[in-house]
Amino acid sequence: MAVVFKRTEGLTETPFHYCPGCTHGVIHRLVGEVLEELGVLGDSIGVAPVGCSVLAYDYFNCDMHEAAHGRAPAVATGVKRVYPDSVVFTYQGDGDLASIGTAEIVHAAHRSENITAIFVNNAIYGMTGGQMAPTTLPGQKATTSPYGRDPKTTGMPLKVSEMLATIPGATFVERTSAHNPANIRKSKKAIKKAFEHQLAGKGFSIVEILSTCPTNWGLTPLESLKWLEENMLPYYPLGNFRNSEEVK
Amino acid sequence: MAKAKGKVSFKEDLCKGCELCTIVCPVNIIEMDRERINIKGYHPAGVKEMGKCIGCGNCAIICPDVVITVEREIEK
Repeated sequence: MAVVFKRTEGLTETPFHYCPGCTHGVIHRLVGEVLEELGVLGDSIGVAPVGCSVLAYDYFNCDMHEAAHGRAPAVATGVKRVYPDSVVFTYQGDGDLASIGTAEIVHAAHRSENITAIFVNNAIYGMTGGQMAPTTLPGQKATTSPYGRDPKTTGMPLKVSEMLATIPGATFVERTSAHNPANIRKSKKAIKKAFEHQLAGKGFSIVEILSTCPTNWGLTPLESLKWLEENMLPYYPLGNFRNSEEVK
Repeated sequence: MAKAKGKVSFKEDLCKGCELCTIVCPVNIIEMDRERINIKGYHPAGVKEMGKCIGCGNCAIICPDVVITVEREIEK
């Protein structure tokens, strides 16, 4: 029998530290698989964020760089300008990219830096203990919103992909999800397209992937997949918001 | 009709017992082993009736810890 699925070369042998059922592991694997399939592992430089995926540099089998909280796109900008022939990506969560790092991601897109951002949105701060993030849904309980998020005082959740799609410099913007095998396959396609945009020198690309956080949502891993499907998908519609063909 | 035959193997010590693989299997053959615990302290996932496996790879695709390797053969 032929092996049709095995651990990708894009990941090291280090076991993930993530909680059981956390889809960070799935998204790590997808990025690793795409880099391997595109044959750019040796030329890739990733920038790890602060958050649950702060140790991402231990897991990706390519050169990695750590950035201060939210500043991964700024560090990636520097890396790409010094090594323009390398493939540069950031891997960031919503607490990192959509909150403290909003300025960096918006202006990296605005300058159309030729980098790829992998944005993992699980609607909560994971590592620090489940605080409310800008992406937390209305009514969702978090340690800093124990009665549920109240949009009157904290606003509505930030739709990062929609926002970045209004910026001319963002050439590829897509939102996908990691809650079932079909959507995981679509996520991989989107990540591949984003990296292909970078390889073609078209400018800034970002893939937002909806993810689960069983520990801080207070649900089992199986309940989390259902919660994502029932609560996050209606507010965060999946789809492509920008493709370079539209950019004239 | 071509029939697919598969085989999955689990790196048991990487499993965190999240059970995601058990719900995506179209032939429902993945079960958590409630009798044993692995080195991490979880009940690991495994397959008892391997003959039913069609090698679709869904379990490996959703596994967050890259525990599963999939082999497949199409019989004509």
